[in-house]
Amino acid sequence: MSDVTSSGITVMPGRSAGIPPTSPRQGHSGRRQRRPRKPINTQFRTAVSPHQLNTARGRIVYWVVLVAVLVSFTAAFVFPFYWMLTGAMKSTEELNSIPPTFLPSHFSLDGYLQAWDLLDLGRLLGNTAVYAGGAWLLTLTFDVAAAYALSKLRPALGKVVLAMMLSTLMIPPMVIMLPAYLTVKDVPLLHWNLLNTPWAIWLPAVANGFNVFLLKRFFDSIPRELLEAAEIDGASSGRILWSVVIPISRPILGVISILTVVNVWRDFVWPLLVLPDSEKMSVSIGIASLSSQMPQNVLVASLVIASIPTIVVFFLFQRHIMAGLTAGSLKG
Amino acid sequence: MTTASVPAASGRRGQPTRLRRAVKRNLTAYGFLCGALICFALFSWYPMVREVILSFQKTNFVDPPEWVGLENFRTILQDPAFWPAWINTALFTLLALVCGFGIPFITAIVLNELRHARAYLRFVVYLPVILPPAVAVLLFQWFYNPDYGLFNQILGFFHLSGLQWLNSTSTALISLVIVSTWMNMGTGTLIYLAALQTIPSELYEAAELDGAGLFKRIRHVTIPQTRLILLVMLLLQIVATMQVFIEPYLLTGGGPENATVSVVYLMYQYAFSFGNLNGGNALGLMLMIVLMVFSAIYLRVSRDNTV
Repeated sequence: MSDVTSSGITVMPGRSAGIPPTSPRQGHSGRRQRRPRKPINTQFRTAVSPHQLNTARGRIVYWVVLVAVLVSFTAAFVFPFYWMLTGAMKSTEELNSIPPTFLPSHFSLDGYLQAWDLLDLGRLLGNTAVYAGGAWLLTLTFDVAAAYALSKLRPALGKVVLAMMLSTLMIPPMVIMLPAYLTVKDVPLLHWNLLNTPWAIWLPAVANGFNVFLLKRFFDSIPRELLEAAEIDGASSGRILWSVVIPISRPILGVISILTVVNVWRDFVWPLLVLPDSEKMSVSIGIASLSSQMPQNVLVASLVIASIPTIVVFFLFQRHIMAGLTAGSLKG
Repeated sequence: MTTASVPAASGRRGQPTRLRRAVKRNLTAYGFLCGALICFALFSWYPMVREVILSFQKTNFVDPPEWVGLENFRTILQDPAFWPAWINTALFTLLALVCGFGIPFITAIVLNELRHARAYLRFVVYLPVILPPAVAVLLFQWFYNPDYGLFNQILGFFHLSGLQWLNSTSTALISLVIVSTWMNMGTGTLIYLAALQTIPSELYEAAELDGAGLFKRIRHVTIPQTRLILLVMLLLQIVATMQVFIEPYLLTGGGPENATVSVVYLMYQYAFSFGNLNGGNALGLMLMIVLMVFSAIYLRVSRDNTV
């Protein structure tokens, strides 16, 4: 079982360059190399026949498709970003002009500065960072401890607990949002009101069956002998978790960390319900709630600023994000 | 079990030690578990139960709750927005599947064939996924503006008349599908791409030797080889898109004339605009039952996948 699944965590989409070429086609491409133009690389056999690909007609079709894909992808996915970045530099009159200007008439960052002040983006981003950071810390602490207990300590009723945690994966979060909101408003037994406090974001983030599932599966693959050796040396369970399990679980902890932070940062509905106070809003909610009152260029500038942290995080943790993507796709 | 691994402790003197060990192990384990257990209980398990209870009650949080049977369901069934919400949600899911399922798969197949600019194309298609959904949706709100929005400017450039986009009952829903596809298709594309790359090249070679053309090879090699991941993604996407909320909430407010009201949006309105929390719960329960069918199939399929 762990064969397929554990590979889901480490395998990246995309091939590494080191894969040796599939040889049977070598003869064909070798002969083609006398042509003045470089043959299209056919190291990797896909649906299109490498032989056809390197015929004259095949090449033309290939280049036409390549250019078409490049142009359409750039238009569909890069151009909106360009339009957003430059739109924030235009004045409201310029934004409303027909036909639109491709470049802003003069380069100025005023839109961005205005957005920062008018929407109080510093505070919104700070709030969101606190929510994401706390959720990350609590999730790692509690979910790692829980998965370790379920995987290695195997308490009585452990299987039932695990089944109940995994059963939450079947309940889409949106449909229980109203009763969960009531929990936040008036915590059962304790009667605390957690609305507008970070706990309203942090604690529900821990209740994530998928995290427990991923962690337990990883811990299950740690050889028993390793832990027994530490146990014979007299290490307590906590010590074993901290000094043996966690250091070898870096990859999965990376995946969990990034999933948690990204989820909190992107979430919209839950913070909309539990953080109604404009002082406490996360950045998505803050911008959305003020969007109708802002001039268009200021709004667009705030959208740019709000997306910068997520783009930075993506670049820093690209590998983990991609790994999390395939881990999630193979089993959830 | 750890007890089995300590043979030295067995024997006469071993019995009480073993018991004490078991107790200690259980205490430690539940000590480790308690944080997660409390969070699950408060924010998943109890709300799941309470969802059902509240659907059959009338509560105002001052008087003790009163059992009212199916009255909440009767109330929401009489709401003129009830059937539009379900029809829109189903239609949105269907359209989002046609676009959000077909387009990424075809894109992945094409990307897999290309030998140049692969990293660039993969990155670019994932770019919208990086944005917080609220940002993507608000960005498209600006693009959809009928007077000066980007889309009508582009149509104008080709001398086509502009559309009303979000303001017309005929285009509002499809406008939401476009945003949703744009901001979500990167995930599917990369997952399919990863799946395509695990297909052994021998299969294509064998198919080619048997005289299968390109489309036959896709039909008889690519699709069967990725069948499982396609099925899993299909179910995941149905569950995800049936919970559509942020697009109608930010772009249309359910309008025009209920053309974009979705089930979750109506649920939200019941609880926070109409002050009828129990009605919202009843609606949530209905959605929960529908979605749990898909979730159950999904879990079944993905479990079979790993064994």
